[in-house]
Amino acid sequence: MSLFQYEFMLRALIGALIIGLAAPALGIYLVQRRLALIGDGIGHVALTGVGAGLLFQTSPVIMAVIAATIGAIAIELIRERGRTSGDLALALLFYGGIAGGVVLVGLSDSTSANLNAYLFGALTTTSRSDLVTIAVLGAAVLIAMIALRPALFAVCHDEEYARVSGLPVRGLNLLLAITTAVTVTIAMRAVGVLLISALMVVPVATAQQVTRGFRATMAAAMVLGLFAAGAGVWLAAVADTAPGASVVVLAIASFIVVTLLAAGWRRIRRARPEPEPAPEPHEVLLGGS
Amino acid sequence: MTPEVISLTHGVVGYDGRPVLRDVSLTVTAGEVVAILGANGSGKSTLVRAVLGLVPLSAGAVTLFGQQVRRFRQWQRVGYVPQRLGAGSGVPATVAEVVASGRLARRGILRPPGRADREAVASALRAVGLADRAKDPVATLSGGQQQRTLIARALAGRPELLILDEPTAGVDTASQEAFAGALRGFAADGGTVLLVAHELGPLRPLISRAVVVHHGVVAHDGAVPDPAGHHAAPDHDHVHPHGPEEPAGLWSTT
Repeated sequence: MSLFQYEFMLRALIGALIIGLAAPALGIYLVQRRLALIGDGIGHVALTGVGAGLLFQTSPVIMAVIAATIGAIAIELIRERGRTSGDLALALLFYGGIAGGVVLVGLSDSTSANLNAYLFGALTTTSRSDLVTIAVLGAAVLIAMIALRPALFAVCHDEEYARVSGLPVRGLNLLLAITTAVTVTIAMRAVGVLLISALMVVPVATAQQVTRGFRATMAAAMVLGLFAAGAGVWLAAVADTAPGASVVVLAIASFIVVTLLAAGWRRIRRARPEPEPAPEPHEVLLGGS
Repeated sequence: MTPEVISLTHGVVGYDGRPVLRDVSLTVTAGEVVAILGANGSGKSTLVRAVLGLVPLSAGAVTLFGQQVRRFRQWQRVGYVPQRLGAGSGVPATVAEVVASGRLARRGILRPPGRADREAVASALRAVGLADRAKDPVATLSGGQQQRTLIARALAGRPELLILDEPTAGVDTASQEAFAGALRGFAADGGTVLLVAHELGPLRPLISRAVVVHHGVVAHDGAVPDPAGHHAAPDHDHVHPHGPEEPAGLWSTT
């Protein structure tokens, strides 16, 4: 592991690991709510923030956080209305976001290489202050997602029931929207705007091939995210590939491997004769009364 | 005088200008088991949703335990059982995890679950006969068992009032019986129940009062009416017996 004696590689690795852990912890709620691609959309919006940051020579990451948060809140408010036109509104927001970003970057003095860094990630350019930002925001996202798991689970599972339980449904939804924006923005450094959703969603999809419950899925997805991030950075270092894409390729490779193994395991279990479980004697008793 | 648990006065609800409930009044007092009956589209589900504050009233008022539903905060006193499990479950969840949601109203969102929560979940699962399925994914359960999971979720919060929206629709007989047992236990402990039903089946002996909603107004409020109309048709799967003569009932089309 002599590669990691270089400080920039070490920083890249630590940044990737934090994001690998935080992204699936948030992504599981998005998957549960069938909003798996929302991270992608918010990433598009974040790009406008990047463009504005480059144009006005302020921090692109902070501008991206602001733009992504505004976008995420707008999307949540559209979703809350629950109208079919929400679909179109989302499309406007997404494509407006990416087009605005490209135009603003073009107006600034930045090169297209700079734009590429945000589109596909530039882990190895992670500075010390970037790493601090990633660590602080990543920890905040992780703590919120883990500490509020029962409440967030309830809201994503059955929103009406959550409302009748007296939960602050709108507050929790906005919290999810804002943490999505924050996660997207810090993950933008690692995997890039175009690949963010993969890190949020693919580990969750992989985990649920073998898990039975929500908590187990969340834990497994976080382990898988951590693995994909670590192994991806290592692969990028030894094979000289793009780190962001390597992380995503590994995440998808584990999805394929786990799915095939799980399917094989189920086939073996089915082939083995198994005694049928007793058909709930409790009910039979009641039914006879 | 027994305290009023639910009070809806002159409630009006409309969706997109189309009236669903017109001037409906309903009072449920502590310890009552009230069934709201009516044909599909009569507005009976809207009625319970309005009582819970899930749909806004365009006129009239609802109170729960003597408080305006808008300002009502003691949700731990209410257990709600929706018609079916929400569709938004893309991630597997165990039966126990779903039932544990029922503790949130009592516990709040920041406190982690403790022993009392786990015990309440276990006893709610026993009450509906699903104790052995606690660790199974909800998606692997039959429709009736999923419905019982939702009832367990409501019972886990130890509510004083249970509101159920068509709890037995499309549910197998075994689950209906298990469900009636759970409800009997709840009512025997002094709980108040408001349930929407298309037909009562094994729940019939538990009901103390029936309210029939027809075209958005209350057509009957009192004793449980005899089944009639298509409910009395020979091909209708009745779980309870009734006489050979078809009495003129509230659902008869003539």
